[in-house]
Amino acid sequence: MSRSAIIDAIRRNKPAAPAPLPGIPVFANDGADMLETFIATAETGGSQVIRISDSRDIGTALSIRFPDAGIIASPLLFIDTHINLEAVQNPAELEQVDIAVIRGGPGVAENGAIWISEADCMHRVLPFICQHLFVLLDPAGIVQNMHQAYERIRIEKQGFGVFIAGPSKTADIEQSLVTGAQAARSLTIFLTAFSDSK
Amino acid sequence: MMEHAQKASRFIENESRTDWHDASLWFIRTKRDRVAHNIPEWEQLRELASQIKDNVLANLDAYLEQFEAQALKNGVKVHWAADAEAHNRIVHDILAGHGVRRLVKSKSMLTEECHLNEYLSRQGIEVVDTDLGERIIQLREEPPSHIVMPAIHLKKEEIGELFYEKLHTEKGATDPAYLTEAARRHLREKFVGADAAITGVNFAVAETGGVVVCTNEGNADMGVHLAPLQIHCMGIEKIIPRAADLGVFTRLLARSATGQPVTIYTSHYHRPGPGREMHIVIVDNGRSAQLGRPDFRNSLKCIRCGACMNTCPVYRRSGGHSYGYTIPGPIGSILTPGIDLKKYGDLPFASSLCGSCSDVCPVRIDIHQQLYRWRQVVVKEGGLPLVKRLVLNGAAWMLSRPAVYGFFGKLMRKAMRRLPRRFLYNRFNEWGKGRELPEPPRQSFNEWHKQNRSRS
Ligand code: SF4
Repeated sequence: MSRSAIIDAIRRNKPAAPAPLPGIPVFANDGADMLETFIATAETGGSQVIRISDSRDIGTALSIRFPDAGIIASPLLFIDTHINLEAVQNPAELEQVDIAVIRGGPGVAENGAIWISEADCMHRVLPFICQHLFVLLDPAGIVQNMHQAYERIRIEKQGFGVFIAGPSKTADIEQSLVTGAQAARSLTIFLTAFSDSK
Repeated sequence: MMEHAQKASRFIENESRTDWHDASLWFIRTKRDRVAHNIPEWEQLRELASQIKDNVLANLDAYLEQFEAQALKNGVKVHWAADAEAHNRIVHDILAGHGVRRLVKSKSMLTEECHLNEYLSRQGIEVVDTDLGERIIQLREEPPSHIVMPAIHLKKEEIGELFYEKLHTEKGATDPAYLTEAARRHLREKFVGADAAITGVNFAVAETGGVVVCTNEGNADMGVHLAPLQIHCMGIEKIIPRAADLGVFTRLLARSATGQPVTIYTSHYHRPGPGREMHIVIVDNGRSAQLGRPDFRNSLKCIRCGACMNTCPVYRRSGGHSYGYTIPGPIGSILTPGIDLKKYGDLPFASSLCGSCSDVCPVRIDIHQQLYRWRQVVVKEGGLPLVKRLVLNGAAWMLSRPAVYGFFGKLMRKAMRRLPRRFLYNRFNEWGKGRELPEPPRQSFNEWHKQNRSRS
């Protein structure tokens, strides 16, 4: 009832002149050093970026970054964890997670964001509810800008997907920037080639 | 009528606070300029965004149908609401069907516009706004004063006092990090205990049937992924045709809004999680009528970035609450007259027509030109206050009669020097309020011209 009334009203009222849908250029320039740009923008956005040459060293890198790590959760098999994510029924149980380690990509050089899909986290809420988030990103998966990122992914492939560009933030109190609003307090990006960690 | 002017004059009574408000917003405007100038194709992106939205408006019916079909295929339930009342009823029906008692909500100007919170509270449902700024104003029981930074009008001392009362923080505490941490703990309890989550929608992609929500705090996702039921409320104009269009809009939105290169979280929801439900409510509430006004339909291209507010010299010095509507500032002033010309007819006049809003708008809405056009509609409909109307009618009569004009000119040049102030500055002189009249010249241009020509 409302549906047809709304559609009819739109049909009656919409502009008659055709307005063609423009094509969207990619705006990429070949010479740019995407890795350096990515690191710089991610750090400006409040992320920590750590390069790791062998992904088997991730456990060590984790314990250096957070010596009193607390409860670690990860769907990645090569990470030592304290929680069996597959056994978790109610996502609210994940409130106790201190550190979550997941894989992501592509990364976006212009804004330091990383695409993370449902398949990367097992539980959709994991990258948000944990206190500290660690994302493994393959440097080969860094693109220059959002146009290229959307070319690489299919947003509807998973039921949920998100670009994350830093720790949870707010400036709602007198414009002072505070990290750790409702979701993860920090974001650490491990730059490491994936192929050897599968 | 003239509500804005009255509220604004109360706002500026506190001069140092007005300056502080002005400077806070101008700071955000300068941040926006810095990040925008880093993108060589910035102007091209604005033009693309504008063209995409033109295409959306010209094909909105078809895109909505496509969006609905895709969403249904994804296992999403889609609802249509002709107005605010229908929207509130639909949302309540969904919640009641699931026995929801506790609801968390992320920022949504649409649900503000529909007064959903009040409606649901009356039905006994607890509604918690989870964006920090929105939670602050909800606890203060006042409306947002800005669409991106709802509590931009408040000082940290006021927020500290509020949190001391409501969240039992330490008396006198004003440190933003401490207060944010207190809110984090409070809100995490609410997230974990919620039966349902509602979000607004930044973009709805026709091609894929999914919705995109942008936040910095991660509050939309905390709500949606913890609660078994998710509802997304969107105006019909939120549609974009393709996933690729998100590249354009995500590059523009945060840069225009807060000067960040992108929001921290850009979340794409397409299907409910296993064993869960996802609903989308599509709302008209006057938008299709605005689409039928050729002079004003461009206002529907708005992506709610707030840049026009941050740059507006009137908004910055009068505050969001002076506009008396959920969406204040320049964009609010072109949306509201279409909703209620009598009630909001003064808002198109709350502008210097400097055009700064149109210069920063990421979708290139001709905001200041629409303000100017609304003024003509208001005058035609007899919406000017009596005094201004009489004076302008008098002026029109006089200006079309050169002899009368010459006579009164001579008279006033003398009179203005001699008359006491109260004859010149009183309630019949709308233009003398808060301004000084110019010093009257000794002679008119006509007299000067005659004199100088006869000399040569
Ligand atoms: S009118 Fe333009 S500048 Fe103002 S909020 Fe909308 S998109 Fe932003």
